[in-house]
Formats: sequence, structure tokens, C-alpha cells
Amino acid sequence: MSYTEIQTPKNPSTKDTTSVPQVLTPQSSQIGLMRPDHSKNVIIDWLTTVDHKKIGLMYGAIALFFLLVGGVEALIIRTQLAIPENDLISAQRYNQLFTMHGTTMIFLAIMPLNAAFFNFLVPLQIGARDVAFPRVNTFSLWAFVAGALVINFGWILQALQVMGLFQASGPTAGMNDFVPAMGWFGYAPITGINFTGAGTDFWIMGLQILGIASLSAAMNFVVTIINMRAPGMKMMRMPVFTWMTLVVSLLIVFAFPAITVALGQLMFDRCFGTNFFVVAGGGQPILWQHLFWIFGHPEVYILVLPAMGIVSEVLPVFSKKPLFGYAIVVFSGAVIGFLGFAVWSHHMFTTGLGKVATAAFSLLTMAIAVPTGVKIFNWIGTLWGGRVRFSAPMIFSIGFVWMFMMGGFSGIMHSSAPADAQQQDSYFVIAHFHYVAIGGIFLAVVAGIYFWLPKMIGKMWKGNLSTWVAIFSTAGLNITFFPMHFLGLLGMPRRTHTYLAGFGWETYNLICTIGAYILAFGILLLVVDIVRCFRYGEPAGDDPWDARTLEWATTSPPKVYNFAKTPIIPARDALWENKYGPKNRKITYEDDHGHGIHMPSQSWMPLIASLGFIPLGLGMSLMQAGVPFMGYFAIFGLVMLSIGVALWAIEGPGGYHLNAKENVA
Amino acid sequence: MHTAEATHEDSHDNLIIDNKKLLMWVFLGSDCMFFGTLISTHLIYRKLYPESFDPTALFSLELTSFSTFILLMSSFLMALAVSAMHKGELKSFRNNVIGVVFFGLIFLGCQVYEFAHFVHEGLTLSTNTFGSTFYMMTGTHGVHVAIGVFWLVCMYFYSHTGKMNAHESAVDVEVAGLYWHFVDIVWIVIFTVVYLIEFI
Repeated sequence: MSYTEIQTPKNPSTKDTTSVPQVLTPQSSQIGLMRPDHSKNVIIDWLTTVDHKKIGLMYGAIALFFLLVGGVEALIIRTQLAIPENDLISAQRYNQLFTMHGTTMIFLAIMPLNAAFFNFLVPLQIGARDVAFPRVNTFSLWAFVAGALVINFGWILQALQVMGLFQASGPTAGMNDFVPAMGWFGYAPITGINFTGAGTDFWIMGLQILGIASLSAAMNFVVTIINMRAPGMKMMRMPVFTWMTLVVSLLIVFAFPAITVALGQLMFDRCFGTNFFVVAGGGQPILWQHLFWIFGHPEVYILVLPAMGIVSEVLPVFSKKPLFGYAIVVFSGAVIGFLGFAVWSHHMFTTGLGKVATAAFSLLTMAIAVPTGVKIFNWIGTLWGGRVRFSAPMIFSIGFVWMFMMGGFSGIMHSSAPADAQQQDSYFVIAHFHYVAIGGIFLAVVAGIYFWLPKMIGKMWKGNLSTWVAIFSTAGLNITFFPMHFLGLLGMPRRTHTYLAGFGWETYNLICTIGAYILAFGILLLVVDIVRCFRYGEPAGDDPWDARTLEWATTSPPKVYNFAKTPIIPARDALWENKYGPKNRKITYEDDHGHGIHMPSQSWMPLIASLGFIPLGLGMSLMQAGVPFMGYFAIFGLVMLSIGVALWAIEGPGGYHLNAKENVA
Repeated sequence: MHTAEATHEDSHDNLIIDNKKLLMWVFLGSDCMFFGTLISTHLIYRKLYPESFDPTALFSLELTSFSTFILLMSSFLMALAVSAMHKGELKSFRNNVIGVVFFGLIFLGCQVYEFAHFVHEGLTLSTNTFGSTFYMMTGTHGVHVAIGVFWLVCMYFYSHTGKMNAHESAVDVEVAGLYWHFVDIVWIVIFTVVYLIEFI
């Protein structure tokens, strides 16, 4: 273990951000394998980093990219639907677009955006140096990237097929859908080998890899939050965002195995001739729906609970009040997570479950509105009597509360099984979950970006473009999705690539399409604003918003070790109490006993292991499309994965010591 | 420094459980759902078509009881191995780990024989839903056992490098032990609700 000394000038304040000579010598591991030399090459540094902040930023950047990809897919869908009997794209292409739009937005945009916040914020909020397993964190990131590549690889094959350069042979001969085209929920039996081509295989393998990435990340965060809290940071002193991260991580841990098994069974059906969902062999397609939604409904809360956490952080800061009813907000979040496992069949009311099951799931679904409503009232209570500042994060957070409520209202409508029978598979459902997804999750995530980006990159927003982002995105979202309620009630079905004139759908559809472009313009402005912040932002300072929680107690951007000395937390809202509270609630710092800060070493192995998923996923899928030697390619990927994991275990955690002689008190 | 006094107590607030061990517990929680899904798939399909296939003619309770017993005994040896590592007795640790590996391999051998026998008798993955659920569930369990065996073999060789001692490695062995016992418990459930239930 080599020791590298880093001397920082003794400075009375943490404001000092003069660059520290970061000379970290790479070292060889226990078996003589070379550690990555991250001091020489910035690309190697980012590829092999174990720093939760860099990993968080990469999650965020990749997720924003896929948000734009999914957005373009949505725009093509809306353009196709602008007028009746439009022939902009074929029905098959339309199916591929709505499938990939859903899959991309859920698994490649929202989940990793949440993961970006988890990664960056949770260790800072609990006063930890890093997550519990830094290399597992790296592995999660690159496994996510591998899954994203596999699931989107079909577009390349589809392009080749359109150019006449590629045809499927082998098990899926004659089926030239290389992009998934069966909906993001992949209902059996259309996913069967007789009905869809290699696109389904890319989808299965891609989701499986993404699931592994999510599971490893979630387990890491459970351990981090339970075990890595700074002294004094009791569970009920944790910021609500960290609490929601814990709940979401547990949801992932317990919900993802269901989809893992379901995808495995589907893969066996397609590759090895089993009968899980094959009607001819005695399989029951309804089994897929159950397994999928046992995962799928908790997934909804996996997406939305972090958004609630973000809003619960932003509202108190900009109201200058503590969160109203902290304990009940936390408890409601946990109850939502728990009940989330007991309502999956409300996605299946029209499948004929029987009266008792339908009534039970209907009741449980209504019950879940209670903790959600409690949260809404607590947020309003936080605003009430506060000194409200309408800064950008606040505007988006208030937008979240209002728009999410709209989605919640139509959600309660769905919980009534007879009403749901009318709304099933109509545009009413689309309106509902887009109010939740865009009006809820997206606005909250934007609030989070406006709130925390100054902390992440140390630069403050420039100008008032955020107001225009808010106006265009909120207006766009309402113009797009509010008319869809009417479209649904007028009977327009989901997932149809065109419609005839004369049903009274034309005007609404045109309005929806115009709204979609307004929304897209709002998101474009957001991207412009982020780029402007990166390029022209002034130094933000440690605590630009006069905030409450621990992440604002360190520098912006935080140093690689987060806190020079481990803080001792005397109260909830630790920083606020430190600034304005009584004397006995100041943050104190642990003595580091002079042996410096122990930092984890970077490693190649998580990257190698997770990149093994790419040949594995592509090989398995291309084998189905009849590409020769793809079985060996898949085995190569499996070998690469195994070697990566084995060497990872053997090389040991390594580590070096930093001496940050900073006076933080 | 009134707070220093108070927060010193607070620092014991965190659960005193090693990170790796907690990770394994969380993983096992996840794995419970994993096997739960596989086993319930099997039970649902079994109930759907009770008359379509009679596995009692195929199952050999003697063989499976034997392999179940072997797996249980391997758990016993695993507990001894953990205990040995806690005391720092490397030699005893190695002997017990070899025992676990050996018993694990016997179990896997029985499973391979059983699979081969069933296939020979005409039950394959694609024969019917029973074949699909049975092979996938027991096969997944077998893969878990195989991973455990591989893990312990690695540990056995690692113990010869001189880098294992009671202070640092006890928790690693304990984590492997948790995994092994869990896989064992899953087998007890499978043995009951997949094998024994057919003879009621």
C-alpha cells in the first residue's frame, strides 16, 4: 500500500478552492496487476473511477442523452399521429418507436437520472467518504451502459436491413424486426419465437443486463445508507432524499428478481424450447403479466419516490422552514413502497381475475392514495407561512406538486375496476402516466438539476432561462397530455399507428402534437441552460441556496474525499442548525488522528467485467437472428465477465491515504 | 463540548454488522424473491394441469433424500469451517472446506444423474410445463451450488497464499457460509414442495 501525501495550505475556511496538486501514484495490486494510471489520462481516470461523484455525473450525462433519444422517438410518434391516416412511418416502425420510447424513458432515462442523484448525493448527505462498495458502483455504471447498448443495438441492424445488407436467418428467419416492437411490458405470447424477431432478444438481454446493474447498485446503496452514516446521523436525522433512496433500493432488491425470472423464462422459451408462455405447450401467457407487474408496479414507485425525495429537499430550503411532518413524510414513503408490492393486479383488471381479487386489488390501490395524499399535504404545509423564494428549483418543485396531483387524480380513477375497464388501453391511461412521469418525475428531476448542479460542478446558473424552461415544459406537457384524457374517453386506443377521420379525434391529436413540440422546445432550453451553466457559470460557493442538509457543508464541487474530517451530526437539517441553531447543535468534526484519509484505489476490473455483458447480450440475440459464430461470441462475453470478477476479487481493495490538512471547523 | 459526549453514543447507532455481511444479507433477500418466483411458477403450473403428468413414477425419493442429506451435512461442515476461521485454525478450515466442496460435488453429481435419467425417460425442457419449470428451477439451484463450490475452491487455494487470518478473513468465510446455508435452505423448500408433495 503506497502512501501519497497531499498537502493543502492551512486555511481557515472551506471556501478556498485553490487546486491541490493531485499526484496519486498508481500501484500494482496483490497479484501484480497494474492499477489504472488515472493521473496521466483523463479518459482512463473517468473509465475506472470509483468516486461516487464522477459516477453520478456520468449517470446523469448518459441519462440526459437517452432522455433526448426517447424524446425524439416520442416526437416521431406524435408527428405520425398529428393527422388521420398519416403515412410518415409504417406500423412496424411505429411499434418499434413506442416500445423503445417506453423502455428508453423508464430504464435508460429516469432510472439512471435518479441513480445520478443517488450516487452524487447520498454519501454527501450522510457524511460518508464514498459508497460502501466503490468498485461495485463502477460496475453498476458500466453494466448499465452495456445494457443500454445491447437494447439499442437493433437500430443498427434495422438500418442495415433497410439498406438491404442484412436479413435474419436461423430461428427468427423471415422476421425482420430487429428493434423491440412489442411494448415496454412485452406481453406474452407476442414475445414468442413465432411472432417477433431478434428485437425481442435484444430487449430480453438488454433488460436483464440493466436489471443486474440496478440490483448491484441498489444493494450497494442499502449497505451504504445503513452502515456508512456519519456519527450522530441517526435514521430519523437523514435527509428525506436519502430515506427515499433507501426505500427505492429495497424496492429494487425485492422487485427486480421477478422480472429477472420472467425474462429468463422468456429467454428459455425463445432459445431452448420451454413452454412457460407457449400456449401450444400448455403455458399461460397471463403468467407473464403477473410476473411482469409484480416487478412493474414497484417499478413505478422506484421511478417516483426519488422525485418525491428531491421535492422534499427543495421545498424546505426555499420556504425557510423545516419540512412539515418529517416523520410522516418518511413513513408515507415507506408505506408507498410497501403497498407498491400489493397492487400489481390493477394493471390486469380486464383480464378476468375474478370478483374477489379485483375488489381486493381495487381497495389496495385506493389505499395507496392515502400516503401519497399525506405527502402532498405535508408539502403544502411546508410552504404554508414560509418565506417562499421562487428560485428555479422551487418553481419546478411546486410544478411537481400540482402536476403530480393531476396524475394522481386520474390514477385514483383507474383504481375503480369498472371505470378502469373503460379506460384500459385507451389514451386516458397515456394521459395518466405521462402526468405522473413528466409532470411528476421529470419536473422533480429538473428541480433537482437546478438545485444540485451548482454543488456538482461548482458553478452557479446564469440568467433566468429556467423560467422559460418551466413555462415551455409545463405548458407543453399540459397541452400534450390534457387532451389525451378526452381522446381516451372518446375511445382512441393506445398503440395504434394511425386512425381514421370522423371519430372526433383529429383536433385533439393535432393539439397533442403541437404540445409535444412545445415540451420538446422546453427540454431543449434546459439543455442549453445546462451547457451555459457549465461554460459561463460563476463560482457557486459552498452554499448558494442557504440550504439545510450536509452536502452543502462541503466545497462545491466536493473534494474527492468529500469531508476532510468526518462530521458529527447533532440534529436533523444539520447544516441549518449549524448556521442558525443553538450552540449545542453545531456540526463538530472527528479527529483524524493524523493518519490521513483512506481512499479506495481505482480498478480496471469492474469495467472489464461489465463490458463482458456486451458480447454476451449481443451474441445471444444475434444467434437468434442466425448470425454465424455468435454462440462463441456470447461465451467470450461470459468468460470476460468471469475473468473480470475473479481478478476483481483477487486484486483486493487496495487504497491509499490522503492528507488533507484543512481546517474545516 | 456537550455534543461530543452525546454524539459519541450516537456513533453506535449504526448497526454493528460488517459491510460485506450486510451486502450478502440483502442479496439473499433478493434471492428469496428470485427462488420464490421460480418455485411459485412451478406450483401454479402443477396445479393447473394435475392430470397431465405424473412425476411420482419418475422421481426417486431415495436418491433425492440422499442428496438432500448430503447437502445438509455440507452445511454442517461449512459451519465448522466458519468456526475454524474465527479461531484462526487454517488447517481445520481447509479440511472442512474440502469436505463442503466434496459434498457439494456429490450433490451436483446426483443432480446431473437425475437430469440425465429424466431426459432418458422422456422428460425434457420442452416436453410440457412440468419439464420447463422443474428443470429451470432445480437447474438454477444447481447453478447456485456450483457457484458456491467454485467460490469455496477459490478460498481453499487462497488459504495457501498465507493471506488469510482470523482477523481479516473470518468475515469473508462467514459471508460464503451465509450463501451456502441459504442455498441449502432453498433446497429444503424445493425438496418439500417439488418432490415430497407429489407423493401426498
